[in-house]
Amino acid sequence: MNSTKTKSFEVLTKDLACKIDTIINNFGSNSTRLVGILLDIQDIIPKQYIPREVATYVSEKMNIPLSKVYDVISFYGALCDIPRADYVIQLCDSVVCKVTGNSFLQDTITTLLGIKENESTSDGKYWIESTPCFGACDISPAMRINGKVYGHLTTSESVKAVLDKYNEGSVMV
Amino acid sequence: MTKTVSFITENFDKYDPNSIDSYLNINGFTAVRKAITTLSSGEIINIAKSATIKGRGGAAYDTGRKWGQAAAVQGDNKVVICNADEGEPCTFKDRSILSKDPFRLIEGMIIAGYTVGAQNGYIYLREEYRHLKSLIKNAIKETMEKGFLGKNILGTNFSFHIHLHSGAGAYVCGEGSTLIESIEGKSGRPRIKPPYIKECGLFQLPTLVNNVETLAAVTAFIQNGTDDYIKYGTKLSPGTKIISLAGNVNKPGTYEIPFGITLREIIYDIGGGVVDNNKLKLCQLGGASGTIGSDSILDTPYTYEDLEKVGLIVGSGGILVVDDRTRVIDFVKSIQDFFIHESCGKCTPCREGNRQIAKIIDRFVQGTSGVNDLDTAERFANIMKNCSFCGLGETAQNVLLSAIKIFPDEFKRLEAVGK
Amino acid sequence: MKNIKIKVDNINLIVPEGTTILEAARKANISIPHLCYHPDQAIKANCRLCVVEVAGSRKLTPACSSYVFEGMEVETNTKKVRDMQKGVLELILANHDQDCLKCLRNGNCELQALCQRFNISKTNLEDSVDALPMDNTNPSLVRDSAKCIKCNRCVDACQKGQEVHVLTHSHRSIHYNITPAYEMPLEQTFCVFCGQCAAVCPVGAIVEKDDTSKVWDAIYDKNKHVIVQVAPAVRVALGDAFNLEKGSIITGKMVAALRRLGFSKIFDTNFTADLTIMEEGSELIDRITNDGVLPMITSCSPGWINFIEGRYDHLLDNLSSCKSPQQMFGALSKSYYAEINDIKPKDVFTVSIMPCTAKKYEAQRPEMVTNGVKEVDVVLTTRELARMIQSAGIEFDGLEEDQFDNPFGIGTGAGAIFGATGGVMEAALRTVYEVLTGKGLPTLKFSDVRGLDGFKESSIDINGLEVKVAVVHGLGNAKLLLKQIERGESPYAFIEVMACPGGCIGGGGQPIQSTMDVKAKRIESIYKIDEDLPLRKSHKNPSITELYERYLGEPLGEKSHELLHTHYHSRDMKYNFEELLK
Repeated sequence: MNSTKTKSFEVLTKDLACKIDTIINNFGSNSTRLVGILLDIQDIIPKQYIPREVATYVSEKMNIPLSKVYDVISFYGALCDIPRADYVIQLCDSVVCKVTGNSFLQDTITTLLGIKENESTSDGKYWIESTPCFGACDISPAMRINGKVYGHLTTSESVKAVLDKYNEGSVMV
Repeated sequence: MTKTVSFITENFDKYDPNSIDSYLNINGFTAVRKAITTLSSGEIINIAKSATIKGRGGAAYDTGRKWGQAAAVQGDNKVVICNADEGEPCTFKDRSILSKDPFRLIEGMIIAGYTVGAQNGYIYLREEYRHLKSLIKNAIKETMEKGFLGKNILGTNFSFHIHLHSGAGAYVCGEGSTLIESIEGKSGRPRIKPPYIKECGLFQLPTLVNNVETLAAVTAFIQNGTDDYIKYGTKLSPGTKIISLAGNVNKPGTYEIPFGITLREIIYDIGGGVVDNNKLKLCQLGGASGTIGSDSILDTPYTYEDLEKVGLIVGSGGILVVDDRTRVIDFVKSIQDFFIHESCGKCTPCREGNRQIAKIIDRFVQGTSGVNDLDTAERFANIMKNCSFCGLGETAQNVLLSAIKIFPDEFKRLEAVGK
Repeated sequence: MKNIKIKVDNINLIVPEGTTILEAARKANISIPHLCYHPDQAIKANCRLCVVEVAGSRKLTPACSSYVFEGMEVETNTKKVRDMQKGVLELILANHDQDCLKCLRNGNCELQALCQRFNISKTNLEDSVDALPMDNTNPSLVRDSAKCIKCNRCVDACQKGQEVHVLTHSHRSIHYNITPAYEMPLEQTFCVFCGQCAAVCPVGAIVEKDDTSKVWDAIYDKNKHVIVQVAPAVRVALGDAFNLEKGSIITGKMVAALRRLGFSKIFDTNFTADLTIMEEGSELIDRITNDGVLPMITSCSPGWINFIEGRYDHLLDNLSSCKSPQQMFGALSKSYYAEINDIKPKDVFTVSIMPCTAKKYEAQRPEMVTNGVKEVDVVLTTRELARMIQSAGIEFDGLEEDQFDNPFGIGTGAGAIFGATGGVMEAALRTVYEVLTGKGLPTLKFSDVRGLDGFKESSIDINGLEVKVAVVHGLGNAKLLLKQIERGESPYAFIEVMACPGGCIGGGGQPIQSTMDVKAKRIESIYKIDEDLPLRKSHKNPSITELYERYLGEPLGEKSHELLHTHYHSRDMKYNFEELLK
């Protein structure tokens, strides 16, 4: 057999591959657990996304066609196929937050971080995206940072206070 | 005097949801004990029927009947799924149950499993509630340790296991067959029916899917009997309902109410009225797929039958209050944005209908609408309603269609601006 | 099976239980509009064009996915049904690139036909198309997302039919798309270029890469000697493009048409199919007698080669080293043929007419070079040939029959049946048996390996040795045999694999609407061609004998190896996880 060109890795390292193996094993290598497996894998990948090389690794490891893995990644809102940031800020864009004034929250956070929706800060720390209702309507307008919910964000002070926690590093990933 | 009641939610804040011992101290697991050691499957189904409870996820199918059908399906291996994919905007009552009374839900699943003859239960928890994952995992673990889950529960020959599966951010997975696809590790696109999931659902097994509140309610029926439940409500809508009240209202939150009180009582007495004493413009019931009503419906009793008369639904139990600072068209656009985000894309009417109607709504919002835009939007909204593959597409234009009906002048004005 | 009484548009019908409304309506000569439905595929019910009214049902019912029940009353033509169907059609059209006049499927497009039927005119919908960029960087197929209507037929063909799993639906809502993972271009995936996706596409979203202009240019080039070969499966399918009865054998007219198009010589790939049998048969005998790697697997289907090079590259030694008949022809055209006609190999321009899109890919493989030039310059599919004939204004049906030219114009029945699944196996057995036993076969017909069953096996006693053989078509079926080989459990000495369901007659380059019914008719015709030929065994082909005598020497000889055999390698651009984990 002739030797052929192979693709180089940009994200996947031996260490990361081992961690992925552990996640897959924790789910019993069960292909029906693909959604949960991908969520857990995304959590340990810097910039919170699933690059093609990782999807290919999972596909070969679990014997699921890559196209199917990609269908799942691209389908679910909580999975992402492009790099984001250390902290993913999700601003609720749904109707309850809208009528309770989320445009103020959107404006405040984009001004404070100097980025628009679907952008990351130059240091790769924050990423802003809008997201449908995550069930925090009773404390709307609300946002999530890496899954943690913050509500009643009606003043710039309240928004700043949340961001400060992350800037100071008092909240761990 | 408060107008809320406490039947399904009676355990809220009464115990530590992280501890089964704490739950046992308030008579936890008496329902499971009673059900599987003293009641037959048929008796439990009759209890559910006597309460005439309808599914609390939104479809409002009679629970007793559903369980009866599930029990009648032939099969040694069956599945019960708890649909905790509470995705309708302005709906968070299941979150309250999951976080404040997870054991009552687990009891409900065990009872459902016993009743229909299932061996496995799955909780499909939306990703947005991932912060509740450890709490629920712990509840399952402790229940297992106390012997209410696992093999030969309480020495009977009934065995049952509960598995926790996470969603990953997809509203459409609230639909039964789509949820099943997701649990099977696939993208969440609805299945063709037949086969129906009650006969061939998760892993091709007969499957019963119930909402969180429904399961919690059944636990309460077994534990307390149904008399204290059906004393509330009306003849056609007996009992109580957990609602999620939010929007421009002073006291948003989860409340258990007796059926039959009016929307005015809910919004002004329970919810403390509209913020800043603003004028109520509209309210939307049952989540994004629910229709809207103007202030003229405030004195309508909150029952299945009365709401239907004014074109509204109970649905998921969400009640969104919107004051007159929001334009109807902006409200409609917000709902449209939601469905543009959440359609699975599989069928033409929903994928392309949403795409085209969104363009028209954008023109209304921007004041650039053209001749026939309103007619076109309405026409394709009806096509979506009639031809879509699943409930998402069928209901996605409920808001637009009801808004056109209720606020015709606003649309005419917008159309005039465009011309 | 139980019979069910129903009424469709007030017409009484009795149909078997398990019939869909769509199928039942057909029996009453009612064609309910549809786009995602395909008779050979699973029901999808996603286009929603087939909605009808069923008495007692408040909602409209999709006809393709709803089964009849006793007493069912269906209405397919009410105002509501028409309005809804028309609306759905308008929605599809609004996000479909409407450059119909420039589309390869113009005049042969299911969407176009429906628009005509519903008299679609300008609507109030914006028709700016939102789509991914076009993928046209591979030699075989062009994917144009702007024309894709998301019916998922191609996904079904790729995943369920072929189990190649390159195409999938992905994303959701308005971003919902049909695409390979991570929107990669096809050549950077494990796509095998079989073209089964293109064969089922109702519109022009996946088509063969059109190379007809390259052929016209060569024909008009005075310095080129342009010759053409035609594959066995083309002559039973080309007629479809001219509305002839399905399965019509149109060999003579086809040759006449090619001559009118301006080719200098018209040759028959059946000839090199016979040559393949000589080489492949000898290779099999060699492997059996010298403890070579068994089972040996055929190598004439390029989609199959792409498949094994991609996913099962550890089994490449099982492949016969023989080039395909197309490439054997190409190699001879740039060597033997050039020499005997005293033309420089670079001035011979070799065109193939193939039922296959993967042949385009095969022809441009770097190994497929003889005397420093590409063996086959351009590959046209059956569909492209039909377009050239139409473009030249040739009235096909009225043509007088013509004959192939020599020296590559004689093919035996064994070469002819290469076009059908099981044909290569049968042809090989006819020769191998006689060569090894020195005896004539009691019957030439190996029924076990004929027909449309996905997996066929047989065995033959050769000098007391039981030689087991297997035949599969469709790559999903091939996978099963490969897994068996992986486990070391394959009982076979020789396996024939054809990438496409039905073999080459069902190739991805054949006229559109090659349903299973049509494929069966083509297979019937292929065997008719075989039966009607005076010569039915490859080793009895006098031109083959002459070729060996004058030029090649003997099968597996030095010259043969140089021209007629090749090697395989794993597909490029894979991730090497083993290396990473070291």
